[in-house]
This record gives sequence, structure tokens and C-alpha cells, in this order.
Amino acid sequence: MVAKVVTITSGKGGVGKTTATANLGAAFASQGFKVVCIDADIGLRNLDVVLGLENRIVYDLVDVVEGRCRLRQAMIRDKRLPELYLIPAAQTRDKSAISPSDMVRLCNDLRGECDWIMIDSPAGIERGFHNAIAPADIVVVITNPEVSAVRDADRIIGLVEAEEKGPARLVINRVKPEMVRREDMISPDDIIDLLAIELIGIIPEDEAVTLSTNRGVPISLDGKSQAGQAFHNISLRLRGEDVPFLDIQEQGNIIEKLTRFIRSGGD
Amino acid sequence: MGDLFNRLLGREKKSAQQAKERLKLVLNYDRAALNPGKIDLLKDELIDVISRHIDVDPSAVRIEMAQDGRQQRLIAEIPINPSDRRRRR
Repeated sequence: MVAKVVTITSGKGGVGKTTATANLGAAFASQGFKVVCIDADIGLRNLDVVLGLENRIVYDLVDVVEGRCRLRQAMIRDKRLPELYLIPAAQTRDKSAISPSDMVRLCNDLRGECDWIMIDSPAGIERGFHNAIAPADIVVVITNPEVSAVRDADRIIGLVEAEEKGPARLVINRVKPEMVRREDMISPDDIIDLLAIELIGIIPEDEAVTLSTNRGVPISLDGKSQAGQAFHNISLRLRGEDVPFLDIQEQGNIIEKLTRFIRSGGD
Repeated sequence: MGDLFNRLLGREKKSAQQAKERLKLVLNYDRAALNPGKIDLLKDELIDVISRHIDVDPSAVRIEMAQDGRQQRLIAEIPINPSDRRRRR
């Protein structure tokens, strides 16, 4: 086994980094891979609650780096999946508690014994961000269809390139097809046009995501939800498969479709 | 006025279009690490330098940022006053 290290980052907070890390990790694990998720958001950890593992934390990332425990001891196994592990962030320290080279060393120690290492980056462009992308083989930038989030994504894409970790790959989260249809939300096409990087996923706004974080059960394990399906597809694209994008635009009844067809001049 | 007119006719630009146009501009400046107001300063200085050598029309000078993938380009359009026209005046 030689693991691929995937870092999920965004610049802006609240766009879905932690949700994406948890769900991509769970998707890989459900496909039979051995996955280690690392929360690099020291001081503001949340990957533990999204994965529903918060009550089982004994040691954390900083404990490993500072030698208070062995790597294995800080890996919490998710009992619902065969091989999904979490290395939680420390909650009472800050980003300066570890360095980019600590992260590289830690991931190198893990590479031989798992298939995927998923790193949840903190928001911002400071130390925490650099810690998170230092060991990355693939950087996934996640954004929302909003001016502020797209602007920050562009900044991050530039920084990832400057660190020679590019080209980053793009995930657009919380897309509302109905608003895109009314031209009241920037469309995924427009965002790709502006950011000029490869798109690997579009996740529709889905109430099921809130339910899943409420319960601490990753939504990618739920094959019925649109968001779960979207995460699953992203995991396949990260494996190098060519998966067609879900046509979230084409939902709606036959009359709506017909009206759109006529309005567009039939082309 | 024009805005009101367009709104009455239901021709107000859709908000997604506005977002895209605003983003395009902002990203251009962000990527070039340049504050938008600096372009006017740059324009004045350019006109200063160029007019020392060539007769140009300052009011017709345009400086724009263009995007080519993730590559930024500064495009200056500086029309030169024809020398024969000057002589005729």
C-alpha cells in the first residue's frame, strides 16, 4: 500500500471542508480502502463530530507530534466501516503547535499502511493551511456559488500553485439548481470559467447533509441522497475514473423542462 | 436613469450575471496583486513617459486587465496622434 494524500481546503470558512473530508473518507472506506482522516484544524476541531467519533478521543495530532503517544494510539477506528480512522486535532492548542515538516513526516509514516490519507485543512491562508497542504499529493479546493467563496478559492488556488502542489481540483458545494435556473446563483460553468481549474464535483444543497451531521453519520453512506451520491462520485473521480456529472439542473417535471426548452429556442 | 428604465422593462441584469462580472474584475486584480485604484495611477505615469517621446491622446488611452486561463495580462491601448494632422492644425 502506498497511500495518496488528499488535502481539502478552501480559504473561506464554512463552505464544507470538514463535511467533504468526512464524506470522501467514508466513501473510500465503503469501497474497501483503508482510510485515515486527519483533522489539521488545531484549536477548532470538528472532523470528530462530523464523523460521530467525538466521544472516543484519547490522544490527538499534537500528542503524536510531541511524542506523548504513538501514531497508532491517536488513530480512532470508526466501527461502522471496516477501515476508517480519524486522527483528531488538539482542541486546546493552536496552529503553531505543529509545522509543515511535522505533517510531512507523519504522513510518510502512514503512507505504507493505508490507501488514502484525507486532510481537513483549517480556513485561512496562514500556518494551518501550510501545515495541511505540505504532505498533499492532491489538493481539493472546495467553494460555494457565492462571490466571496469563489474569490477566496481563487486565492487559494494561486497559493497551492506557488507551493508547487497544483493544479488544485475544484469541488462546488451547496449548489441550488432552482436558483441557478433563475439565474440568481452563479452556475458551475461560470465558476469553472472564472477559476480555470479542473472540476471534480458538484454537490447540490441537500437537507440530508444537516441530518447526517446532526447524527454524526457520513451522508456518503446513504446511496439515496443526492449529496451522498455526489460525494461518492467525487471519490471515484479521485481514483481516476471518468464519472459523468449528475445532472442536477435537469430535475423538475416535464412541463418545466418543456418550458425551458421552448424558452431556449429549442437548442 | 438607465437602471430605472431597464428595471421597468424587466431588463435588469440577473444577479448571477452581476456576480460573474464582479468576480471577473476582482479576480483579475487579486491575481495581479494590484489594487484597482492603482491602475489610474499607472495610466497617468504611462501617459507622462510616453508623451515625452510620442504625441498621444491622453483621453483615448485605455488600460485593461485581461485573463487567459489563470494567466493575467495588462493590455494598454495608446492611440498615437497622426503627425500630418498635427501639421495641418
